[in-house]
Amino acid sequence: MSGGTTLENANPVIFQRSGERLLADTDADEDVHDPIDDREIFDILSINDPEHPLSLEELNVLEQVRVKVNDAESSVDVQFTPTIPHCSMATLIGLSIKVKLLRSLPERFKIDVSITPGTHASEEALNKQLADKERVAAALENSALLEVVNQCLTNKST
Amino acid sequence: MAADSALLLSLVEEYVSGLQDSKAKDTATAVKNGEFTVLQLVEALGLSLTSSQPHTRARGVQLLSEVLHECYGGLTEKEVEVLLVFYENRLKDHHVITPPVLQGLRALTKCTVLPPGSAVSMLRSLFQDVHVQSLMLTERAYVYNMLINLMAIREAELKGLGADFVFGFVQSMDGERDPRNLLLAFQIAKGIVLRGYDLGKFTEELFEVTSCYFPIDFSPPPNDPHGITREELILTLRDVLTGTPGFAEFLLPLIVEKLDSDVQSAKLDSLQTLTACVSQYEHKDLAEFLEGLWASLRREVFQTSSEKIESAGLAAVTAITSCLSRSVLNSDSEDSLNTFLELVLKDCKHHLCEPDLKLVWPSAKLLQAACSASFRASCVITAAIMPSLIEQYTNRAQCSQRRTLLEVVQKFLQSVKTCQTSESEDSVFVAFRPSLCSMVFSALTETNSSLQVTACSVLTSLAQQPGLLLDSDIELAVDHLTRLLLTEQDHTVSVAVVECAGALAELHPAAFISNFIPRLKTEMFSEPIDQDNNRAESEQLSHHAVRQRCLSALAAVSIKPSVVQESTPVLLQVLSAAHTGGFSVEEVVLACRSLQRIAEQVPDSEETGRCFHDVIIPRLLSLALQAALQGEDGNRSPLLEEAVLSSMVPIISTSCSRLQPTLALQTASRAVSLFLDGDVSFLPDNSFPSNIQLLKQHSWTQSQMVCLLVGCVCSLPRSMEVPRVDELLSALEEMSCSVLHPLSYTSAAKCLSGLLNKKPHGDSLDSRIHSTMKRVCSELDSSSSSVHTQAFTLMIWVAKALLLRYHPLFTTLTDKRFFSENSAKLVQGFNAAPQEKKPNFLKALSNIVNKLPKQVQLTELPALLSLLLEALSCPDLGVQLSTLSCLQPVLVDPPPSLIQQLEALIGRLLALTGSPDMEVRISSLRCIHAVSQFPEHEILPVRARVLRALARPLDDRKRLVRREAVHARNDW
Repeated sequence: MSGGTTLENANPVIFQRSGERLLADTDADEDVHDPIDDREIFDILSINDPEHPLSLEELNVLEQVRVKVNDAESSVDVQFTPTIPHCSMATLIGLSIKVKLLRSLPERFKIDVSITPGTHASEEALNKQLADKERVAAALENSALLEVVNQCLTNKST
Repeated sequence: MAADSALLLSLVEEYVSGLQDSKAKDTATAVKNGEFTVLQLVEALGLSLTSSQPHTRARGVQLLSEVLHECYGGLTEKEVEVLLVFYENRLKDHHVITPPVLQGLRALTKCTVLPPGSAVSMLRSLFQDVHVQSLMLTERAYVYNMLINLMAIREAELKGLGADFVFGFVQSMDGERDPRNLLLAFQIAKGIVLRGYDLGKFTEELFEVTSCYFPIDFSPPPNDPHGITREELILTLRDVLTGTPGFAEFLLPLIVEKLDSDVQSAKLDSLQTLTACVSQYEHKDLAEFLEGLWASLRREVFQTSSEKIESAGLAAVTAITSCLSRSVLNSDSEDSLNTFLELVLKDCKHHLCEPDLKLVWPSAKLLQAACSASFRASCVITAAIMPSLIEQYTNRAQCSQRRTLLEVVQKFLQSVKTCQTSESEDSVFVAFRPSLCSMVFSALTETNSSLQVTACSVLTSLAQQPGLLLDSDIELAVDHLTRLLLTEQDHTVSVAVVECAGALAELHPAAFISNFIPRLKTEMFSEPIDQDNNRAESEQLSHHAVRQRCLSALAAVSIKPSVVQESTPVLLQVLSAAHTGGFSVEEVVLACRSLQRIAEQVPDSEETGRCFHDVIIPRLLSLALQAALQGEDGNRSPLLEEAVLSSMVPIISTSCSRLQPTLALQTASRAVSLFLDGDVSFLPDNSFPSNIQLLKQHSWTQSQMVCLLVGCVCSLPRSMEVPRVDELLSALEEMSCSVLHPLSYTSAAKCLSGLLNKKPHGDSLDSRIHSTMKRVCSELDSSSSSVHTQAFTLMIWVAKALLLRYHPLFTTLTDKRFFSENSAKLVQGFNAAPQEKKPNFLKALSNIVNKLPKQVQLTELPALLSLLLEALSCPDLGVQLSTLSCLQPVLVDPPPSLIQQLEALIGRLLALTGSPDMEVRISSLRCIHAVSQFPEHEILPVRARVLRALARPLDDRKRLVRREAVHARNDW
């Protein structure tokens, strides 16, 4: 825990990671079509928290129940819960989730990322920012910001 | 003599004034060879030693010291005495002389002829005249080495110095900073502490001067030439600190203080040191610190941040408890074990009863750690904890909570097991037997499968407590297990039940013989009731599942010979019933597997050996023979199926290789005479015709029995010689080149090669191989022969047998040689071949490359790269897959030639992501993923293209493909 800056939430409650997805028999069957489901999106989103060396799942920022996907209608709705109500990293987390999904899902999907209702002080403003396509695009042109986002998205193993 | 002294003088002159360091070595060699004595050297040095220039004097002393360093072994006691007086005197001289003096003294301390009393006087003048810490690194090391040498040979004298020695040492090492010297100093301190030097009033000083380095925080510089590791320092320092109970009053507060540290390694070191030190201490050393230590330990386990620290903390709790349990109490002192356990119970017990069971695991672990330390502790803790756990269990209705409680109980059972001594003490759980049993049995009747699984393992632990369960409990347990086995559909439960039954049967075979096995038998042989056809199918299925579970349970319980005697007849009965159509092929195969498992797990004794060699194997052979003679007309017996026969083989081969070699030899010779002469006298229910000729049969039902012969003869231990081996080999060769039935000729070839593999080196082996090869060649050469396949099979097996005779390394080398001899031909053939045959060459090539060891692959690949790229665009799926799988490891560490072909590679790989086969899609995506780690500037030009192309597999219909695509695309 080096780096002189103080953490906003130095000692978060840590939640257990859900295990690896179990392989079903149909997964290896060429003829079965597997629809994209909630769990799959959830697995894609094992993103590191910018403040902690832990994944968002371990911090309970993301929960599987708050990930909703509809493959037929091509829509994804992800709600995330900041660890503390005035977390300044909430925008960054939201942006990371959004970027990860943009990179990992087919183009036909409409992606909505928002804050779980009632868990952040400036919830509305943040939701607005995250939903604004132009602002997201502009943010991603900022190379410094993009680097931080990429850092969050790099897997721990690599 | 005159010449000698002139030479000596010149050597001295050149060293002292000429400053030629190499002359010291020459002088030393001369002294060693006896050209001069040390006395002559001193005389020759006379002038330089008395010079008024300190530097000249230093140089002179240095020469003497260097020589002594080489030649200390040849000194007499008188010489040593004189030299010592000189050196001690020199310590008072100018400070530039001190280093060589110390060097000389160190050399003298290695002398075995050190005069009595000299060690003391040497140390006195050393401690008096030298301030060690103002010396240079190497000189300090001289001092430490002197001490170490003296402690090794003059321990009694040093002890005579009393506390002065300790004080002198404390002063010398105070402030030492170099890790190399610290290691030496710690070794000295360890010697002082462990070998009982009188610490006197300097106990605290010695502790202070060493403990100030605790916890060690040292990381060696990269490329450290001295090889001092942090672990070495930690362990030596720990030996010092934990060496004597005298340090207890200083060490324990220090540990409590260091446990507060934020640094993980400091915590870990403190905990381990604590565990180490309490093993030396008595309760009175610990008594006043118990509360503080407990508070810290509890905190570490409750708020644990790493598993290492948690387990170190638990180990410390165990160590403290066992230290307290060990101590002998005075009549007036209070029992500190009770005090400590009260502390533990006070802080932990209530967590076990909290409604949310939040801190239940850390508390349980702490209690169990204390529990496992001693019998006394386990009595106290179980008496306090078990009633409330049992009460909790009855009050909680939720399955998950009940399961947690059961798991806690099980951990207690296990932790107590470790401290129970062999004395016939009753288990500490005797008092709770009824309630524990009813708890487990009620859990077994629940419908929740995970609860049942946990209950099974608790039952196992209960049964392993010596003398805890009564016979009636065991019977009840067997009842429950049987019921679950016969009715429970859940796979995990039945696995747990089978495992539990196996463990119980090892301890209580009687209950299983009288109850379990008969009930399984009745259940397996009862016919499913099929009244109407609608229900028949599902019932058939479940009946099959029940039989399956029974068969595996029978195998699991058969560990004790007495149980084996009961269970194997049931399995054999299944096989003979299959004859008449009572069991399916699959069930028969399972019965064979169970027999095989039993053969693998029974103890190798006369009794079990007889059971297998005299009963089971003859019975198997006789059943197979019956089936074979019945022939294929009418009702075809399942015992004719290849699957059944090949599952019988391992039963025979396992018992031949594992059980009773002499009986195995008997089995082998019986089998040989059965196959060669048709001797059926040893088979049970003998109603066979007398003219059986199994090896000369053209009816496949009989000829395929040769596979059972493989099991009988090929698994004999090498020390046993197979009877009538040459006759057998001829018959097998004939058979393998003549019969048409695949199983028969393959088994004959296998048997032949197995026997060849065992045959000792020599002419008979050579001529046999020679004749076999001649036969094979003639069959292969004649175009009219109908047995090409047979001859080829025989050749492959014989080649394998010969290959395996040699070292395994040989096989790798053959791979490589095979590759280098053939790859060129293949490339050539590919270029020459007509279009439609090219894929065949590619297939051969990619398969060969795949088998090569990685190192060889890497060196050979560049040459083949263009061909492999070609292979990627070949339409054959197999070729694509094997090429992709050999490309992937290469891509992780790409050779430059590959990077040059990047454009072509990417194009082909991207095309494959649209393949109809998901395996190909997955492997090609993995390769693309690997390419993303290529040097940045190389892949930049293709990045946009790859990202666009990867958008499509993101929407693949298979999830596994999408997962790879997501990984790949994100990394690009």
